[in-house]
Amino acid sequence: MITVIHATDLTKIFGKSTAVDHISFDVRQGEIFGFLGPNGAGKTTTTRMLTGVIPADAGTATILGHDIRSEPVLAKQGFGVVPETSNAYTDLTAWQNLMLMGELYGLPRARAEQRSSDLLGMVGLVERKDQKVQAYSKGMKQRLILAMALIHEPELLFLDEPTSGLDVQSTQMILTLLRDLNKEGTTIFLTTHNMEEANRLCHRVGIIRGGKIVAIDAPEKLKTAIDRVHKIEVSFDREISGDALAGLSDVVGVNRTGDKWQITTDNRDTTIRSLVTFSQQNNATIVTLNTLAPSLDEAFLRLTQEEKP
Amino acid sequence: MNPSGFPEQVRRAWAIAKKDIRIYYIKGPVLIFGVFMPLFMFLAFLMGTRQLPLSFLISGLVGMTLFFTATAVSPAIFPWEGQAKTLERLASCPVTVEAIVFGDMIASTLFGIGITIITVIIGLALGLSLLHGITLLFAILLAACCFSAIGMLLAVPPTNVPSNIMMLSSLIKFPLIFISGIFVPLEQMPAWGLVLSVFSPLTYFTDIVRYSFTGIHFFAVWIDIAALAVFTLVFTVGTMYLHKRTMPKRM
Repeated sequence: MITVIHATDLTKIFGKSTAVDHISFDVRQGEIFGFLGPNGAGKTTTTRMLTGVIPADAGTATILGHDIRSEPVLAKQGFGVVPETSNAYTDLTAWQNLMLMGELYGLPRARAEQRSSDLLGMVGLVERKDQKVQAYSKGMKQRLILAMALIHEPELLFLDEPTSGLDVQSTQMILTLLRDLNKEGTTIFLTTHNMEEANRLCHRVGIIRGGKIVAIDAPEKLKTAIDRVHKIEVSFDREISGDALAGLSDVVGVNRTGDKWQITTDNRDTTIRSLVTFSQQNNATIVTLNTLAPSLDEAFLRLTQEEKP
Repeated sequence: MNPSGFPEQVRRAWAIAKKDIRIYYIKGPVLIFGVFMPLFMFLAFLMGTRQLPLSFLISGLVGMTLFFTATAVSPAIFPWEGQAKTLERLASCPVTVEAIVFGDMIASTLFGIGITIITVIIGLALGLSLLHGITLLFAILLAACCFSAIGMLLAVPPTNVPSNIMMLSSLIKFPLIFISGIFVPLEQMPAWGLVLSVFSPLTYFTDIVRYSFTGIHFFAVWIDIAALAVFTLVFTVGTMYLHKRTMPKRM
């Protein structure tokens, strides 16, 4: 499989602090790669190095076959960037911003106009295309930024927290667009805090902590890798004592969550069997019974909190 | 199309220049500042130094206008864009730092030329005759490039606070006015002033403007042109080199 991002020993030092510490990873063509980490872990710094906004202090990054330090223009020609902060020109209209991007990416005027019309339609801004961006809402600005990043039909798209602070409508629109773009072959490098977003979108995720990569894998594999204990959620038609549940086979913990009990067990099978027996013996009907897989949130927390002092 | 080739980068620099003109230059306050600032300084000196002929003062006015307008906005563009994060947008686009700087220079050059031509027309309307029009036009083109490079050079310190840059800009620009033969003819300057004036590109431009309107000049015209060309080259190469070094510090 073709590698579109190849980072080797990428390092960035600010003063005495090492923001990104010799990280290496690959992103393959056609995948959505999620880059996760807590605040200050080095996600944005990594994205900025990969996009050529700031230089790395050590290591190399090859984007679409071009070294970002020695061939920055050729590398940048192939990708689009949606940064964390909206950075469209607020004194220009959406149309003028898109045409400016068209010119900066070397598109012929007719092509830029065609792409701008299509993209404005795609992000739902046709009606507001001649309005200055300063009058736009945050969601509209973010959709415009996405359109600006797509003007030259890039093979690779970098997105840094693209849905952070957006309303549900804008978030859904952006996520749907990303899925559609990926289906059409665009590789996506997505930095996010939102585990649910990463879980639903990404083929693989990389987790960074303290400037170092702590895990790279498919979300489901990451979840199962940390799954040392299992959880079962059960509710009954009448009040049941937690102590009674705690005494069942292989149960290591019991927590009340609303009208349900969340049971932590070493062995799902034996605990479920004993729950059924327990309900029959106590004449209590089981209303719901679910086995819970660990969420990506849990995997993330586990991976980013381990070895903390 | 080779995106990193010179013609393509010049084309992209022109896109940046158009953006600058639209956002920063075609604004009422900027245009008013460009016209009125040199005009009021000229009027102040016209009233204070009645013994100097109008033709001499108009030369100074043209020199000041071009110098002030070509350096009025350009020093603040990088800090403004750094603050608004639009510089990061440009940095992630396939344009070199040189092309970004060149684009900003084109915008300030065009703005400087436009306003200066208005000043020349005012001079002609006041009854002055233009003796060497082609020389003046060429000098305006060259000096506008030179002064816009100075403007970009003033923007090199990697701060994203425009007021810091504007303060530095004023500190450098105003003393240059007084050592460049605008208010005191070079012939009347003390020796130390004359030595200092040699290092100001504004001196050579003012000398050519004076020659164009009156036929009188201090330096030979070819020296004025050569000096302006050398200053333009040194400042342009210098500002591009320095911005390339300081750009990442703004991000």
